[in-house]
Amino acid sequence: MKEKRKHVIVAGGGVAGMEAAGSLAEMGIRVTLVEKGEDPGGHLLQWHALFPGRRPAEEVRKYLRKRIAHENINVITRTTVEKVRHHGHEIIADLSGGTEERADALIVATGFDLFDAHRKEEYGYGIYDNVITSADLEEMFNGKRVVRADGSVPSRIGFIHCVGSRDEKVNNNHCSKVCCVTAVKQAIEVRKLLPESEVFCFYMDMRMFGPYYEELYRESQEVHNVNYMRGKVSEASVNINNRLVIKVEDTLAGRPLKMELDLMVLMVGMEMSKPGARLAEASGLNTGINRFLESADQHYGTNRSGVAGIFYAGTCTAPMNITDTISHSRSAVEETVRYLGGR
Amino acid sequence: MSEQKANRFGFAINRSRAINYDTSDRKVREYVTMREPSFRLCFACGGCTATCTAGQHASFNLRRMNTYIRRGEIDSLREEVARCMLCGKCLLVCPRGVNTRNVVATTAEALRKLDRNEL
Ligand SMILES: Cc1cc2nc3c(=O)[nH]c(=O)nc-3n(C[C@H](O)[C@H](O)[C@H](O)COP(=O)(O)OP(=O)(O)OC[C@H]3O[C@@H](n4cnc5c(N)ncnc54)[C@H](O)[C@@H]3O)c2cc1C
Ligand code: SF4
Ligand code: SF4
Ligand code: SF4
Repeated sequence: MKEKRKHVIVAGGGVAGMEAAGSLAEMGIRVTLVEKGEDPGGHLLQWHALFPGRRPAEEVRKYLRKRIAHENINVITRTTVEKVRHHGHEIIADLSGGTEERADALIVATGFDLFDAHRKEEYGYGIYDNVITSADLEEMFNGKRVVRADGSVPSRIGFIHCVGSRDEKVNNNHCSKVCCVTAVKQAIEVRKLLPESEVFCFYMDMRMFGPYYEELYRESQEVHNVNYMRGKVSEASVNINNRLVIKVEDTLAGRPLKMELDLMVLMVGMEMSKPGARLAEASGLNTGINRFLESADQHYGTNRSGVAGIFYAGTCTAPMNITDTISHSRSAVEETVRYLGGR
Repeated sequence: MSEQKANRFGFAINRSRAINYDTSDRKVREYVTMREPSFRLCFACGGCTATCTAGQHASFNLRRMNTYIRRGEIDSLREEVARCMLCGKCLLVCPRGVNTRNVVATTAEALRKLDRNEL
């Protein structure tokens, strides 16, 4: 008698979930990919060009779409996984709308939320017209137009690092890892689009952790004349000329500094996603002091939840870039397949 | 004047510019750390200095002051500490939750004790 085909549920259809679904399907495993949004893709749907090489984000989206176009994969959209529980060896996922899905294992790939910039009131997001987030800027890049709210071309643009990260005041002590290099990437894009403009990055530490990141940082100085100033911006206001005025200490000169800007870009950080947190809470999955999912082991078990049959993939465990998300997702698949084989 | 002769740069060097960490006085640091442990959390972002009213016109810089305490640069510290108005604006900014105002107050106290040989 032929053994019943294994079935895995993937909760969340971002980069991590799509890659996991594709890898599992390739191995002959039946997959149900559950995505909360209209379409799979997650945050990648919003990005224009990707660091480090500034390739079009569409190239990676295309790869992932192809990855999940497989007969073994059933994609369910506009649906949230609310809770995971066990019934003997079986895993039962409760979905929004009151339905349930049964499987042999489940991979949590619920990703991250962008930090809500309204929470840093002193920067005036939602109050001043020309304060935007890094995600808003990606949208402008997609439309190929970087302009102020009144349609005019900005001549000085400032990028503010660590907005909602490394900041006790908003209960996020962690570093979001990707925003430094995103700022470098975006600064270059702005300089290319607006060659007359002046661009400043206000940083506390430049965290160029990945391959070619430091080179990109260097290129931004050497080729694109991006300026870097070390200091945390304490507040922004608007003057009578409707320009933003920021206060910062130029810590390398050791003196407070004021600067007018036409456009201010807040490099918002990553937080545990709300639907991910709800799922964790309802299912009794552990979360760490940074509120992301806590893996069973920090070194050799980052895909393991500690609960039989439940595995983790991607940024639901910690901030990471696409490269690391895909690697993490593949190792989640390896753990899952090993689990299924051993039962 | 053999010392002058040896100085081929044409100016006299009076005191070393280097911070000599091994001879520096770290009693103030120890005192401040004990009384206000949050002092250790400063990561030198300058947020406090950016927002400080006292530092806009005079040479007062809380971030730099924190460094002076850590390095045991007592003379530099004396000049700084008197200028703080203890208004507490910096407290609202600090991303590391340093009790900045109390760091200044405790440092002033430490310096007074140092002068009275009580440290
Ligand atoms: C401003 C910015 C720019 C970036 N640019 C780059 C770049 O240029 N290059 C690069 O390598 N990386 C970049 N990144 C990082 C990249 O976005 C992430 O690595 C990637 O999106 C992580 O994928 P993920 O699947 O883990 O999470 P997500 O993209 O967040 O996907 C998670 C998905 O799960 C869904 N979901 C959540 N909870 C549930 C639930 N309970 N049930 C069902 N569905 C659920 C969500 O709707 C979402 O679609 C950038 C990040 C930021 C913040
Ligand atoms: S990656 Fe850079 S901008 Fe982002 S939180 Fe870390 S230090 Fe701040
Ligand atoms: S408490 Fe002192 S250091 Fe802080 S803002 Fe006020 S004057 Fe400046
Ligand atoms: S704001 Fe806090 S962390 Fe930043 S320099 Fe001042 S005391 Fe240090």
